[in-house]
Amino acid sequence: MYDAPSPANRYSSAGMLQASGRSDQRRRSLSAALLALGLIIFPFVGSPFALDLASQVFLASIGSLSLMLLTGFAGQISIGHAGLIAAGAYVVGIMSREWQAPFWLTLPSAAIAGALLGAAFGVPSLRLRGLYLAVSTLALYFIVIYAGGEYEAWRGYATGIMIDSPKVAGMEISSGFAWYFILLAAAVMTLVLCINLLRSRTGRAWGAIRTRETVAEALGINIAKFKLWAFVISSAITAVAGALFAYDRNFVSAEAFSLYLSIQYVAMIIIGGMGSLPGAILGATFVTLFPYAIESAIGMLPDADRYVNALYAMNYAAFGLVTIAFLLFEPRGLIGIWRRLQGHISLRRRKAKPLSGPPQ
Amino acid sequence: MQLIVNMLVLSSIYALISCGYVLIYRVSRVMNLAQGELMMLGAYLLLTTASLFHGNPEMAIIAAVVLSTTCGVLVYVLLMRKMTGESVLAAVLATIALGILLRGLMVLIWSAQQQYPGQPLGLNSTAIALPGGARISTFAAALVIVNALTYAALFGFLRFGRWGLRMRAAGQNPLLAAQRGINLHAIYALTWALSTMTGAMAGMLIALDSGLTSNLAVLGLKAFPAALVGGLDSLLGTLIGSLIVAAAEILSIQYVDPLLSDVMPFLVLLAMLIVRPWGLFGTREELDRV
Repeated sequence: MYDAPSPANRYSSAGMLQASGRSDQRRRSLSAALLALGLIIFPFVGSPFALDLASQVFLASIGSLSLMLLTGFAGQISIGHAGLIAAGAYVVGIMSREWQAPFWLTLPSAAIAGALLGAAFGVPSLRLRGLYLAVSTLALYFIVIYAGGEYEAWRGYATGIMIDSPKVAGMEISSGFAWYFILLAAAVMTLVLCINLLRSRTGRAWGAIRTRETVAEALGINIAKFKLWAFVISSAITAVAGALFAYDRNFVSAEAFSLYLSIQYVAMIIIGGMGSLPGAILGATFVTLFPYAIESAIGMLPDADRYVNALYAMNYAAFGLVTIAFLLFEPRGLIGIWRRLQGHISLRRRKAKPLSGPPQ
Repeated sequence: MQLIVNMLVLSSIYALISCGYVLIYRVSRVMNLAQGELMMLGAYLLLTTASLFHGNPEMAIIAAVVLSTTCGVLVYVLLMRKMTGESVLAAVLATIALGILLRGLMVLIWSAQQQYPGQPLGLNSTAIALPGGARISTFAAALVIVNALTYAALFGFLRFGRWGLRMRAAGQNPLLAAQRGINLHAIYALTWALSTMTGAMAGMLIALDSGLTSNLAVLGLKAFPAALVGGLDSLLGTLIGSLIVAAAEILSIQYVDPLLSDVMPFLVLLAMLIVRPWGLFGTREELDRV
């Protein structure tokens, strides 16, 4: 899988050793096949709850992959991600409420709406950098949420918008089983799209812009164009994730898209590891499962009932603590830990037979 | 007339919160997104000291201010100091994470219910009639006065104080400042202490005025546009930015739509970012430095 070519990656022992040997290649395709098999078998053996968790992870992965494209690869900070997810969800909500539009109309519309919003809010990025940009994406978030709330108030949906499950050939798709595969397919498609994008001219231009904008410009890269592209593509993917979220939950409400959600997405790419697509998925998995892990950990404590009311706050505090810990002690994230482990393992194996020297 | 008083009070709230943003940004180029939570921490600390020093408001308020200033120093020593040398983005993300952590801890310790720190202190808010038929509560009036005093003190401190001079030097060029024997860590710690202190004072006064819930931190975020509209590195600009944002917000609530109040600061901010991204009084070079 594609990773940003960072010095740490290229020169680390793991990186060099990975490149060598056909057995590594074979082992990697074997593990990919095993992973795919596991993902396909999983819904047949997992409980409905586990299935729902997995679906949430897939949804979060789509969102974190798109944020990773923007922040981790193109170097543009955004803390308005939840606003774009909300925008996608609202497009579905409004279109299916007002015009009973089917999903094959609402999903592309969500993507277009996301792309337009992305373009509109990419424009400040042409003049702004770093923190200033982050603030303007924050403004985007507040505006989308306001518009959504305004629509709800106007139509009298005080508690939120109900959405019917999408129909294919007269059949309603509402089972968790079906959604597992839909979201899995969507996540895989997003991943493939990201890999291909990053291997293309666009991806290389983003890398150049992220590393040093002035040099990129001197190399003849059209900065404005590629920055806007980063916003447009990332926002379109995010809005589609929001649309899928709306269909999966059958419900849209401004409360579901708190600023905390934006922060969670930012945390996903930090915890996963900046500049790595597998990292984005790892981070999404970690952040999605984290509250459930905390819950079950607290459930194991003696007299757990006492803490039930404090669960929410505990989640919050623990989540903040974990994010800080990653920032302080492992800035390369989960993928960094994984690479180090890999390095240790492959080094140990090679210790037995020398890498070079006369043939035995 | 009432509108003008409301604007003045709201702009004082924004100004008192956002001078913390400006101080930290000027000295270390970090945007402290945990300012809202630190402000709330001050208010909750007042709640605790209020029950400790029953019926002794001066002592309680002083103790809460001292405690929250200490918290500001701790934030620097335990967290932000370790982020020096990392990218600015990482430092900002650290403040976001700190905000989440603080929010969770505060709900754990003090619960999320609405509480009134004024009650155990025996302080009651009464409305003062002003000429022109307007009314203002005692705490709101105190807020305006405290804000004016804080800004006067900050101006004096930064212009004439020895440490204020050092702070400005550290903000302008950390390397040269360190070469001249200025203790950068002490300066940064002092900055965090000052900005937490002003934020906490704002939090306390708001809590005294209108009660304390865990939603108070959102106000911190809404104060941010005020700092940016005025220019992130200018205290005077922040005062004027707060006035503009507060005026826009109050007027839109009055004449357009109350729901707009949460978005209005950000709309003003966007307009500013499009026209003059470095703010009214900010320096233009700032834009390229971040």
